[in-house]
Amino acid sequence: MIIAIPVDKNEENTTVCMSFGRAPYFMFVDSESGRFEFAENDAAESQGGAGIKAAQFIVDHKANVLLTPRCGENAAEVIQAAGITVYRTNGNSVKENIADLKDHKLTLLEEFHAGFHGHRSNS
Amino acid sequence: MKIAVLSGKGGTGKTLVAVNIAAVAENAVYVDCDVEEPNGYLFFTPELFDRKEVSVLIPVIDRSICTLCRKCIDFCNFNALACIANRMILFEEVCHSCGGCRIVCPVSAITEKEKVIGHIESGVSKNVIVKTGILNVGETSGIPIIRELLNENENDQRISVIDCPPGSACAVMESIRDADYCILVAEPTIFGIHNLNLVYELVEQFHKPHGVILNKCLEGENLAEQFCAENQIRILGRIPFHQEIGMMSSKGLILVRENETHRKFFVNLLNKVIEVIQNETITCP
Repeated sequence: MIIAIPVDKNEENTTVCMSFGRAPYFMFVDSESGRFEFAENDAAESQGGAGIKAAQFIVDHKANVLLTPRCGENAAEVIQAAGITVYRTNGNSVKENIADLKDHKLTLLEEFHAGFHGHRSNS
Repeated sequence: MKIAVLSGKGGTGKTLVAVNIAAVAENAVYVDCDVEEPNGYLFFTPELFDRKEVSVLIPVIDRSICTLCRKCIDFCNFNALACIANRMILFEEVCHSCGGCRIVCPVSAITEKEKVIGHIESGVSKNVIVKTGILNVGETSGIPIIRELLNENENDQRISVIDCPPGSACAVMESIRDADYCILVAEPTIFGIHNLNLVYELVEQFHKPHGVILNKCLEGENLAEQFCAENQIRILGRIPFHQEIGMMSSKGLILVRENETHRKFFVNLLNKVIEVIQNETITCP
């Protein structure tokens, strides 16, 4: 199973990023082998629709699960269409969240915000 | 002759000024370009004679032709398209109707269809034709409606008063496109000066003749007035911060139709602006 997580830095002890679409990096963790990799999130600098592009990105990386503190409704539509399960992170430690996922301590993220369309850079 | 009324923020008195200038002209068209929250019609309560929908074009993807090459996704600057599980998804409200996806599609799988984003209401209130642009709730950009309002109005020889959206972003730039003169409405506060500076820079950039109306004036020093003096901006008039004006506005009354002093003030203001525009046309035809 591939777990995708928006993160602040591309290093092992990074924290979970508060934003999904505009996170600087995504961490992809293979739950079987424990191997992980980082990928820069090109969507972070988008004029608009960052969540959609970021969602496409993690779908293309064949993620099965997404751990994120929040997610916009457009991104959620893409993610759900791809059959990816979304869990709400608990605290900002990547390691603890992965452990919590294994122990079935994370809850499904079921509320998706309406997004910040145009309120960031292109008003 | 087209006169635009702007301010860097909402609530400075754009509509107050625009409505009253239009109301003192012999024959005028009042154009409400503040399509996200038009309110000039609340004062004019016009008798409507026309209602017209405004649409934009959005893509339609023919799945039987689409090869999922993703060229359209890569092209879209606003990420309105995604490809999931061998299916294209379009986010209509994110689309900016540029038509680029249709052009870049190598197999012509994309056509366009119209999507209604709002409408324009036209009506009459005594000597004033009132045109109101109304954007549907949830739509991203009102610019197509503003464009349509101004296109309809382009060759109108009457005095047109354009009530702009607040701020200095794209929608305001579109609204002052055809303006012969820009009236900047300012409040005498530090925040007011900051916002006045934004619209002042905008009209300078567009080389539009302009002047300032100082609204909500109190006794004592006036920061907006100082700003105008420092930047050599013409002050067209001063409206006092007066309870009577607030009361009348709150009842939806048009000052110049109620009170002779106010009428004289706005007649004088309109005449000043007309004079400047006529001089401009002589000096730079």
